[in-house]
Amino acid sequence: MRRSIQFRLNGEAVSAQVAPHETLVEVLQDAFGLFGARESCGQGLCGCCTVVVNGRAVSGCLYLASFAEGGEVSTIEAGSRLDAVQEAFIECGSLQCGFCTPGFILMTRQLLEEHPEPDDDTIRHYLSGNLCRCAAYPQIIEAVKLAARKMRQT
Amino acid sequence: MKRALSPAETPQVGRSLPRLESWLKVTGRAEYVHNLRLPGMLYGRIFRSSVAHGRIRRLDVSAAQAVGGVHRVVSAADLKGIVPDPYYGPAFHDQPVLAVDKVRYVGEPVAVVLAADPHVAEEAAHLIVAEYEELPAVYDELEAMTSKAIVHDALKPAGTFPDLKHLKGRTGTNVALDFHLRRGDAAQALAAADRVFEHRFRTQQVMHTPLEPLVSVAESTDSSLTIHTASQSPSFVRIEVARLLGWPENRIRVRVPFLGGGFGAKLYIKLEALVAVLSLLTRRAVKISLTMEEQFFTITKHASSFRIKSGVTRDGRICARECEVWWNGGAYADIGPRVTQKSGFTAAGPYDIEHVAIDSYALYTNLPPAGALRGFGIPQLVWAYECHTDMMARELGIDPIEFRRRNLLRDGRPQATGTLMRDAAIEKVLDRLAVLLEWNRPFDRGTGVVRRGRGIAIGFKACVSPTTSLAAVNVNGDGSCIVYCSTVDMGQGSDTAMAQIAGEVLHLPAETVRVVHSDTDVTPYDMATLGSRSLFHMGNAVKLAAEDALKKLNQLKSELQMPPDAAIPEIFKKKYGMQAGNVVGTGSFIPSYAPPDYATGLTSDATPFWMVGGSGVEIEVDTETGRVRVARLVNVADVGTPINPKIVETQLSGAAIMQLGFTLFEKMLFDEHGQLRNASLAEYKIPGFLDMPEEIINEAVSAEQRSGPFGAKGVGETGTFGVSPAIANAIHDAVGVRLTVLPLNPESIFMELQKAK
Ligand code: FES
Ligand code: FES
Repeated sequence: MRRSIQFRLNGEAVSAQVAPHETLVEVLQDAFGLFGARESCGQGLCGCCTVVVNGRAVSGCLYLASFAEGGEVSTIEAGSRLDAVQEAFIECGSLQCGFCTPGFILMTRQLLEEHPEPDDDTIRHYLSGNLCRCAAYPQIIEAVKLAARKMRQT
Repeated sequence: MKRALSPAETPQVGRSLPRLESWLKVTGRAEYVHNLRLPGMLYGRIFRSSVAHGRIRRLDVSAAQAVGGVHRVVSAADLKGIVPDPYYGPAFHDQPVLAVDKVRYVGEPVAVVLAADPHVAEEAAHLIVAEYEELPAVYDELEAMTSKAIVHDALKPAGTFPDLKHLKGRTGTNVALDFHLRRGDAAQALAAADRVFEHRFRTQQVMHTPLEPLVSVAESTDSSLTIHTASQSPSFVRIEVARLLGWPENRIRVRVPFLGGGFGAKLYIKLEALVAVLSLLTRRAVKISLTMEEQFFTITKHASSFRIKSGVTRDGRICARECEVWWNGGAYADIGPRVTQKSGFTAAGPYDIEHVAIDSYALYTNLPPAGALRGFGIPQLVWAYECHTDMMARELGIDPIEFRRRNLLRDGRPQATGTLMRDAAIEKVLDRLAVLLEWNRPFDRGTGVVRRGRGIAIGFKACVSPTTSLAAVNVNGDGSCIVYCSTVDMGQGSDTAMAQIAGEVLHLPAETVRVVHSDTDVTPYDMATLGSRSLFHMGNAVKLAAEDALKKLNQLKSELQMPPDAAIPEIFKKKYGMQAGNVVGTGSFIPSYAPPDYATGLTSDATPFWMVGGSGVEIEVDTETGRVRVARLVNVADVGTPINPKIVETQLSGAAIMQLGFTLFEKMLFDEHGQLRNASLAEYKIPGFLDMPEEIINEAVSAEQRSGPFGAKGVGETGTFGVSPAIANAIHDAVGVRLTVLPLNPESIFMELQKAK
């Protein structure tokens, strides 16, 4: 029942054997050893499994791997240097256990593309689909704003 | 307490250094057990009980076994050869690795399906059929005191704790520990008091929901066992698994990388004994990863009931207090009896009261087990005594802050146990709360549909005692340093703090210090990462170990007749003829302690340090919907002198926000058969961005814990203490209704508002 699919993963052409029920997170972990997207709630409610597919953030715990066929998949592991968002998360102490952090960073990048100068309310609403049980929320807001400033400066 | 260093050096202690593992976490590369895959590994899927209390009459696994790809289905009967007596637990040996003959709550593990493909294991687990002869069940902690439904036929204390020994073999009871404290004569003082107030409070059962659900992996040979586990207590896991198997400890290795959150959920034994026996049974590596849903059937926070009665003199002094607390421990004791005693003795609050009587009961019920959750029972107690305090102040017409100030337990005064208060900045915390809330300014309570109110609460905790931490600090030939300790970094920043402490002693930048994660083959014993004990206990051990290393280096220098400022590599070169070798310093720390008298609960040395935390809030209540909006949340704490002020602030803030969820909406909902109805984040909501208060202020008052490493003490739980009662007090301030049961959700506020009309 497995079939081969092709897609681009973090800029590289790849292929994988996937079963119809397998999610994108499972395939990224089992076939590619990428663990930055991880399953927590398994219901599309927490954002720990966030993956960017064709430029949009999706819940990788619900997104079937087969749908990535022919697409462009990007994960937190992409790139070899920290970007402004990652730097800001470090500087503002916006992570504790770190389990939610990749999801928040990917969503923050998308937020800042759409709203380069977000106010608190925009940030809260845009990121409300991501949960952090360590509750680093106040520091995440700080980081989003710092990242926005950093991006404007460059 | 800043040490004299050469001017070029920055003190490491007191630096707001970002967590050392930040890069790993922002790039998705941090190691979690969640990520681990081993060659030939089997995935286990647990089949769980569907009744709250019953005898297992029949267990049919044939259909599951027949599914293609299923390696094996295992139930208690299969474990006998490996574990003759398959019961574990830190306080009682009451919890079976898999249910034996009986089940005691809905969701209890009964069997496990093993398969190389987790989907196959899951599919097959659905095909297992169990039949039960149902037994009467009890769910409520108060009913459990007298219920005919008895959860355990006979009590089996583990023998670790002297105050549980007398319970051995006791039958016909659900009481897993009764703790009593008697100071003065509360009954007589109550009778003589000018005013007497009595109230009852309750808290609900909630769950930690770490975002990395519980997960353990075991691999084995004929003579060795390695457990990779998301555990807060690797040393305990090794000791307990060794006991179960009858093996020496050196054949068992327990490794713990980072945890994706813990909060007390990952303490003692959870999945470790199960994966260990499954691996020994199959000679394969076995992994069990719980789903978010399954976590709710594993460990929770105690629901509780509290009756509190105080006598007050005409001038507003509390002269007597009676506390009765009942802790709903669920079907297995876990650490509940410790919560009952260690937190129980603070049930009268941070007040100077001459006559105190406390009775605290750990109860078995047919619900998922309860253990420690960020506060070890303290938030349940503060909830009750700080609502009570406010109710009395308002009745007496005394300002709530003034009333507290009149009664505060000040340094040098005896706490209810008789232990003298030391380095507990209770008054400072209260003062700063009043300042930050601008308490003396007029406050606009509103007039329309939306009313405003404000409230405060303050609580304290005795760090659990006696517990031990050991550490080693290794200085390499090039002068670089490695810290070995079994403290688990679950997000609280312990790696960073330990590196700062070692760096401070050895005059090294903390960034260059490496902290080796818990691995019982390598890192020395530590009681556990719990109860905000690590920074104090392990911090002291690491400091001693670093000082020991420094002393040995200095000895080498003088032996080799080298000048005091000789660089470390030069010492090794001279000693060994090349830049090689190491110096290992060791440190062990166990604070002094005096056990409480069994009859009176009194002791002169109850705890190595006190934690103090208070919160103040300004809220809005929508009188048409009962909805509360928190406009301002102020958290003030005594954490001693922070090692890393930024991390301390995020701990206070994170703890307070977590408690906000337990205050306003989180609640495990059970039906009349003990079946949990909301075991998922879809129906069990935890705080998200939209639940955040508009403004949060966190402050550590300037303080020093003289016995702590560089004046510091623990902080992980402190932010939780005051949040719930502060909000209930503010609701009363806003709309004049008093809620005594958590959570303070719109429905219950609305109902109270209706009643008050
Ligand atoms: S794991 Fe996918 S949203 Fe929670
Ligand atoms: S940092 Fe732990 S869940 Fe967000």
